[in-house]
Amino acid sequence: MRRVNRSERVRVALTLNGRRLAAEAEPRMLLSDFLRQSLGATGTHVGCEHGICGACTVLIDGVAQRACLTLAVQAEGRDVRTVESLAAADGALNPLQAAFRNNHALQCGFCTPGILMSFTDLLARNPHPSEGEIREVLSGHLCRCTGYANIVAAIKEAANGTAGAAPNPSP
Amino acid sequence: MKPRPFDYARPDTVDEALALLAEYGDDARILAGGQSLIPMLNLRLIDAKVLIDISRLAALDAISDHGDMIEVGAAVTQNKLMAWPGLDDKLPLVAAALPYVGHFQTRNRGTVCGSIAHADPSSELPLALAVLGGEVVLRSKQRGERILAAQAFQKDMLTTAREPDELVAAVRFPVLAGQGVAFREVARRHGDFAIIAIAAVFRNQELHLGAGGLSGRPQVLRVPAEDYPHLLANDVVRFVEGLEGYDDLHASAAMRRDLFRNLASGVVGEAMRCAA
Repeated sequence: MRRVNRSERVRVALTLNGRRLAAEAEPRMLLSDFLRQSLGATGTHVGCEHGICGACTVLIDGVAQRACLTLAVQAEGRDVRTVESLAAADGALNPLQAAFRNNHALQCGFCTPGILMSFTDLLARNPHPSEGEIREVLSGHLCRCTGYANIVAAIKEAANGTAGAAPNPSP
Repeated sequence: MKPRPFDYARPDTVDEALALLAEYGDDARILAGGQSLIPMLNLRLIDAKVLIDISRLAALDAISDHGDMIEVGAAVTQNKLMAWPGLDDKLPLVAAALPYVGHFQTRNRGTVCGSIAHADPSSELPLALAVLGGEVVLRSKQRGERILAAQAFQKDMLTTAREPDELVAAVRFPVLAGQGVAFREVARRHGDFAIIAIAAVFRNQELHLGAGGLSGRPQVLRVPAEDYPHLLANDVVRFVEGLEGYDDLHASAAMRRDLFRNLASGVVGEAMRCAA
């Protein structure tokens, strides 16, 4: 049995974007803070910290979940993937990211990392979702600037494999 | 919005979890999916001395088909039940209710039993369990297993008959193959807490009509089929006027009763068409 006292800091090891990493955490530390503050992976954003806004959504063992509703100790030994895992090493965007760019599906970008991870999960389960299915998953995220129409368009483009077909915005 | 400090325990067996519950009682909270518990801890609405994390207990992560009922273990997530191949045929009311439970991302982690144990009066799964006449399986170190009917389990808003040393180990949904069901809820946005939820089931020549969000716990009206439809409208009016309702930011008690009065017949009609 794993037991950790409230004031104890224990080593929590997990796989983050394919790399084995570890840092110390006390029981009450949220995975969202552990990723950003202890492991330095600041791509995952923290909004509401009670599971509503979706900004902190990450993949744990391939499944999209709220990092703010997960304790760091619960992710021990798990495979965690964040937005940093999506682009290639040279910075080339993956098809989902490219579709967001093509469709102006982000403005300030605060909500984007969580949305990208939710749809990485959805598209892995269901490569050709209907617009209704896309909107159902998107309802688990709040975007306060771009609006949802362009996000839906981007996901449809990514799902249809037509990323890059839409006109690129002028530089 | 960080939780106050607590101890964390991740038992390797159900017996270890029950031993911890026996030791800590009310000071312990079971952490299964954490989709209601961790928000309340983060907002500091509640405190816990120790969290007992059962999410990795394989023995609790099973959906078992017992013929006349389906047993869902305490670590089974809402999306796992949604993806269970027998769901549409055997538990059509649960299949209709689950898409209203939170969001895709919270269903990936939130558990079926956790939602029922949390006992929010507007929650969909406690309502479905009550209307179907399901059961809750409770286990403790001292007294072993006891089984309560859904209506005996949920007593009031966020209040259940669970003793402090008991674990909600599973819930049991009766199988309702080939019978008419319908589910509908009213919320400000998809995935929000329901303002009201309505569930209807026809079985054994009886209509079971359930109301969520109209009192501290789900309420069920039973109407014999031969009385339908001429008595139903009066029954619904009497039923809904007997429910105290509650006021919150989203709706007054009177608005909740109005919504139910106006929408119940449509839900019953859908269940009847689905039974035909």
